[in-house]
Amino acid sequence: MLVLAILLGGITAATTGAQAGEFEDALASLAKAKTKGKIAAINVIAASGDERAADALTAFLGGNLYFRKADKKILVAEKSGAVYVLTDPLTSKEIGQSKKSKIKKIRVNNRLRKLLRGVLGGLTLLAKDPDKRRAAADAVFKSRALSAIPVLEQAIEREQVAGVKERLVMARAAIALDKSNIEAERLAAIATLAAFAVPEVRSLLGSIANSKASEAVRAAAANALVDIESRLAFWNGVGNVFQGISLGSVLLLAAVGLAITFGVMGVINMAHGELVMIGAYTTFMVQEVFRNYFPEAFDWSILVAIPAAFLVAGAFGIAIERGVIRYLYGRPLETLLATWGLSLILQQLMRTIFGPTNQEVGNPSWMSGAVEVTGGLVLTYNRMWIIAFSLMVLISLVIVLKKTAFGLQMRAVTQNRAMASSMGIRTGLIDALTFGLGSGIAGMAGVAISQIDNVSPNLGQNYIIDSFMVVVFGGVGNLWGTLVGAFSLGIVNKFMEPFTGTVLAKIFVLVAIILFIQKRPRGLFALKGRAVEN
Amino acid sequence: MASNMLAPENRSGFAFLLTDTGGKVMLAILLFAVIIVPVFNLWVPETSPFHLSTFFVGLFGKYLTFALLALSVDLIWGYCGILSLGHGAFFALGGYAMGMYMMRQIGDRGVYGNPNVPDFMVFLNWPELPWYWYGFDNFGFAMLMVIVVPGILAFVFGWFAFRSRVSGVYLSIITQALTYAMMLAFFRNDMGFGGNNGLTDFKDLLGFNLATDGMRITLFMLSGVAVALGYVLCRYIVSSKLGRVLVAIRDSESRTRFMGYRVEYYQLFVFTISAMLAGVAGALYVPQVGIINPSEFLPANSIEIVIWVAIGGRGSLYGAVLGGVLVNYAKSYLTGAFPEVWLYALGALFIFSTIFFPKGIVGSVTAFNVKHSVGGSIAGLLQRIVNRMRQNLKGA
Repeated sequence: MLVLAILLGGITAATTGAQAGEFEDALASLAKAKTKGKIAAINVIAASGDERAADALTAFLGGNLYFRKADKKILVAEKSGAVYVLTDPLTSKEIGQSKKSKIKKIRVNNRLRKLLRGVLGGLTLLAKDPDKRRAAADAVFKSRALSAIPVLEQAIEREQVAGVKERLVMARAAIALDKSNIEAERLAAIATLAAFAVPEVRSLLGSIANSKASEAVRAAAANALVDIESRLAFWNGVGNVFQGISLGSVLLLAAVGLAITFGVMGVINMAHGELVMIGAYTTFMVQEVFRNYFPEAFDWSILVAIPAAFLVAGAFGIAIERGVIRYLYGRPLETLLATWGLSLILQQLMRTIFGPTNQEVGNPSWMSGAVEVTGGLVLTYNRMWIIAFSLMVLISLVIVLKKTAFGLQMRAVTQNRAMASSMGIRTGLIDALTFGLGSGIAGMAGVAISQIDNVSPNLGQNYIIDSFMVVVFGGVGNLWGTLVGAFSLGIVNKFMEPFTGTVLAKIFVLVAIILFIQKRPRGLFALKGRAVEN
Repeated sequence: MASNMLAPENRSGFAFLLTDTGGKVMLAILLFAVIIVPVFNLWVPETSPFHLSTFFVGLFGKYLTFALLALSVDLIWGYCGILSLGHGAFFALGGYAMGMYMMRQIGDRGVYGNPNVPDFMVFLNWPELPWYWYGFDNFGFAMLMVIVVPGILAFVFGWFAFRSRVSGVYLSIITQALTYAMMLAFFRNDMGFGGNNGLTDFKDLLGFNLATDGMRITLFMLSGVAVALGYVLCRYIVSSKLGRVLVAIRDSESRTRFMGYRVEYYQLFVFTISAMLAGVAGALYVPQVGIINPSEFLPANSIEIVIWVAIGGRGSLYGAVLGGVLVNYAKSYLTGAFPEVWLYALGALFIFSTIFFPKGIVGSVTAFNVKHSVGGSIAGLLQRIVNRMRQNLKGA
């Protein structure tokens, strides 16, 4: 570092002992200085670390920095009609208007512009917003400009946020590796960089390993590269698992309702996907209401949408059960056909009401954005929320089934209808409510899916076959089977995608399930005993 | 079903057709159509009110291939209880085999004028044919593939499925997954079947131009003959001893197995035959519509076939033929006249037919005839519907 500091001579000297007063003095000196004096002043301003520095220098670069002829006060002036609006760069406040003749522009030439641009790039390293500092560090990493070193040093010293500090150190090491002539410094830089398993470092080290650098540097770079490659591969694997769990949670949401209607009741509901779609459209409707009447509470519309979707889809489900399915109990193949007919009607109904195009459903702000764990592994918030939501739905469902009176009656009716009936359970009502519960869960799945997929009348069709696959694979009538089935299908899919592409991965998974069913016709977690034969 | 019960034992030759009243009527109508339609199309002048347009002929030719497809589904669903929701896949495979032959027939008349490979392969920069296209220049080989490819797929799939006793709803769901997987696969350009666009721009078949009236009539007649032959084959199968085992499997699979029959072999046999029939239907369909693309593999298409059978009357064979033609005629009419309404109508048809007409048109008419030996009235039919509703309500 010492050698670099000497290389950078004057600039480095200016960074030490930066005081707040310097900023004002240097700014004031701009009014009468020639180019050389301006260069010195700019360097002082940049090195002062003053919050106002960036704004003043930006104005200078844009040719908006003036001084008043009367008292040589430096001003930022912007033309507004015939007059200029003046701002004080020291206070950032507007201080009135002026005619052109009363002020004079501080001239900026190409040499100054170049200097200003470089200095400004470094200045954002000191910005208040950590995201900005981080972006600036990444920009410095990319440009590897020698002139950024002093500010970088200063920024590293000041930095409080660990994540950003890492990036700053990384950028400094990258500059040293790229620009230094001293082998020991380059080796030290490689040692620093080896700690960061990110794709950018990998490509930098790759280019060094193949460059004309000395033997020792190339060997060190190659070693570090191997290490980084293996860690990147690991994080890539973790990323695949996350993607897989995320896909699995969507499948789980779509399939868990089916696990009730198909698994518990034995009803093949081909309109299940359309109930998901109804949930998604309910979300759209709720958001429209919020957009028009309570725009300030838009972020929380989704919390209203979830129960609304449950109720709407549940009501549709009860209507379907009372209107169609109850006439077809014990005739599964006919149920399949009738509910398929229903799905056609529901799709066409949505097309008639909302039109065939996609509807715009927004993400609330607390669901958008992402967190970057480490090199290249980005976890988006909406995916994480959906994973959490799917698990919450599953757990509440298990609680309803095992701990409530309704759940008890439901299981009783499933196991022995006649006996349950003679115990005073209204089996018809329980049937309707069970079906409504499964449908309502499908509706809640629709809320989640509306956040990551297009909301169109065909939405349900994309999920119905996958959902059936999950239920059949996991084992009919078993919620844990559905959980394991959904997540394993999701993860297997995502691990295959890099090798085969999305479509082939899907085909392989389908074929694998078809073969799996031959081996275990009743799924992963088969029910044992007499229930099997029904 | 009724005619099946009446089938006497130990007959020889074509005697199995004699007791089959519905079949005789249907075969007569088919024969009549095959003879009369060409006459009214080719020899009656266009100005005459009795003239049948070529458009009409093409349309009904298409319906006849659907009828054959419905027949193949009725053979397994109506007589063996196998509800396949993937029969569209076998239909499409037959169609692709035919399409590949016709693609090779184009030769150097394509847009790129390349005599070695079809246009879409030129577009993909494929210098030569992939191995699985070899032999499709030959009509005989292509026709063999029309039957063999769906047959092999059905055999392999069925062998896995029936051997492990996958039945009922599970079988339906995995057949649906099968056609879905096939659809995804055929949508890929790398498969070498034209990807999204499929195979099209056919010029001729066996050297005859496809666009001529004569060719359309020929294809119509061929489709009619294929339906008739397919019907006779299916009827022969279901009236044989084997057919009675099939019905036994349909009614109680476990009991049949306990009686010592190897249920899976019977299922496998009839499933494979049915897939081959579907393949033939596809091969006749493609030259009449001039295109085959992966959307034929859509699971929705396969489910629609089942509804043709259900509407016509499951388990009667001629009911399936009737349903295939009728539903598709209604579809053409409604999509033309009220495009918004068709999906509502189709959906309602599914629900209505399963709840109120579980036996379809044929079953209801038969029951109606039994009750009212001569004529009868609409009121009687309505009474039946109401009764059925009551029964269903009570049943639930």
